[in-house]
Amino acid sequence: MNINSFSWPRLQDNLKNFSFAFPAIIIFSIFYIYPFFDIFRLSFHQWNGITPSMKYVGLQNFRELMGDAVWWQAMGHAAYITLIALTFQNILAFALALACDREIRMRRFYRVVFFIPPVLSEVVVGLIWQWILYAGMQDGQHIGLLNYWLTQTGLPQLAHNWLSDPKTALTCIAVVHCWKGFGWGFIMLLAGLQTIDRQLYEAARVDGANSWKLFTNVTVPMMVPVMLVVVILTVLGSMQVFVLVLSMVGQGLGYHTEVPVTRILAAMTGTNRFGYACAMGVNFGVILIMVSVAFKSLSGRLKQA
Amino acid sequence: METNRYVLERTVKGFFVHALLLVFSVTCLFPLFWMLRCALMTNATVFTDKSFIPGSLHFGNFAQAWTEGNFAVYFFNSLFYTTCVVVGIVLVASLAAYAFSRLNFPGKNFFFYMFVAAMMIPLPGSFVPLYRLMTVLGLINTRAGYILCMINVGLSMSILLLKTFFDKMPPDLEDAARIDGCSRLGIWRHVALPLARPAIAVIVIFNSLNVWNEYILATLLLNDKSLMPLQRGLMVFQGTHSVDYPLLMAGLTIAAIPIIVIYLAMQKHIVKGLSSGAIVG
Repeated sequence: MNINSFSWPRLQDNLKNFSFAFPAIIIFSIFYIYPFFDIFRLSFHQWNGITPSMKYVGLQNFRELMGDAVWWQAMGHAAYITLIALTFQNILAFALALACDREIRMRRFYRVVFFIPPVLSEVVVGLIWQWILYAGMQDGQHIGLLNYWLTQTGLPQLAHNWLSDPKTALTCIAVVHCWKGFGWGFIMLLAGLQTIDRQLYEAARVDGANSWKLFTNVTVPMMVPVMLVVVILTVLGSMQVFVLVLSMVGQGLGYHTEVPVTRILAAMTGTNRFGYACAMGVNFGVILIMVSVAFKSLSGRLKQA
Repeated sequence: METNRYVLERTVKGFFVHALLLVFSVTCLFPLFWMLRCALMTNATVFTDKSFIPGSLHFGNFAQAWTEGNFAVYFFNSLFYTTCVVVGIVLVASLAAYAFSRLNFPGKNFFFYMFVAAMMIPLPGSFVPLYRLMTVLGLINTRAGYILCMINVGLSMSILLLKTFFDKMPPDLEDAARIDGCSRLGIWRHVALPLARPAIAVIVIFNSLNVWNEYILATLLLNDKSLMPLQRGLMVFQGTHSVDYPLLMAGLTIAAIPIIVIYLAMQKHIVKGLSSGAIVG
């Protein structure tokens, strides 16, 4: 753009063009950009969410957060769920994608079925599983399906208070999270597998490679970019899981199923500490960005290798 | 002899592959079957009868959940929010994506990358300042407030997807329309939108699923039972009728059926959308 070329028709033209993007920009500015900056501002304040005035406290919220044992414990819980999702869920998704990436009967059926849990809401999934894992008893008989089956198959010693025992609650949530999520990884990985040129396999086979060699020397290297996308999205999704926690165990069973987002919610709606909740949000966001940057730089290095 | 061994090996391998896939298919479907089965029982039998197909089917739970459980209200709220948000997103995002792809104005790239950057930066806890903003604007506990927030949630991804699509479209048709005297808005309406139908289908499906399943904003922004969508209503219902499992399962079925039906009808587009996302990402 040249200042000398200023003219009314051009200005009018630009304005008309801009008006196409205007509704999107205005909605985005109000409901995303403004809260984005507001969360930083609020994190330096003490505010109960009701009074119009708030008190500037500098870094005090962050200092308190560093020593907040429950917060870091919640972070550890999210990391535990993420670790299970990264290993169990992604390996399962990859194995099933490999199984479907061939001329096999009912391939369409499997593809449709595996993606049913991911389209359901976390509330629905959480409440169904809560009922299956239910630990109540009536007339000496287990009501929940899992415990009932365990007693019927001769393993009554395994029947358990799954969701209120601190030892198993988090693992149950992680497993249900994987149940809901693996189909999504499966579809992404299958799509990646199908973009691999079949001629690569044939060429390798002509050169005398067996199935294992084909897998390690053709499939895996070709899949690295897609796998990294799946890994990053799994990490971001699993770290921020919380609706599943709310619908499976609710709040108020001690702190053994707390995850970062439930802590933010508790600070906001439970104790009315909005500033502290924002400090948690900022802290957690920075950690997530650092983790995803780390994975992205790793992916850059892997692509070069 | 050699061929026999080959065939045998293939059959055994195929058997194990199918066994694995079938086991996980059953794992995916069984909880849904169990939900439906329990929704068809009475409060007395659900605790004792564990057979797969219960002796007598009791359809009354659905009617009871629909009226007494307030699910009729929740259901139509969800339907209303989903429709409004999806229509809003398609209009707003396709206009913006068309501008970013085809039209010129100062700051175009800046604004476009602003939308893209929003997708890259995770912002947990953004609901806290959003809640404050809605209170200040007087939009708390209103349908309009929730709809605007949800339009914003789906905007970035939809603009990016549509812009990529418009970029790949040959400009010849639009040029022809321009020569025939069609205005910019006319070209968007009569040429670009109809051509972008495949991309719009993907946007409609993903945003419908997203709005229908949304929970946290509905919880924070809507307090009136008459405004609540299904997901929120389910949690309220569970809080008050926590022991009435058949009724709860009927409610869950009401919330899950529309999603499953849409998914089954549209699953081709969903797979396409996800795979394009995987390859672009």
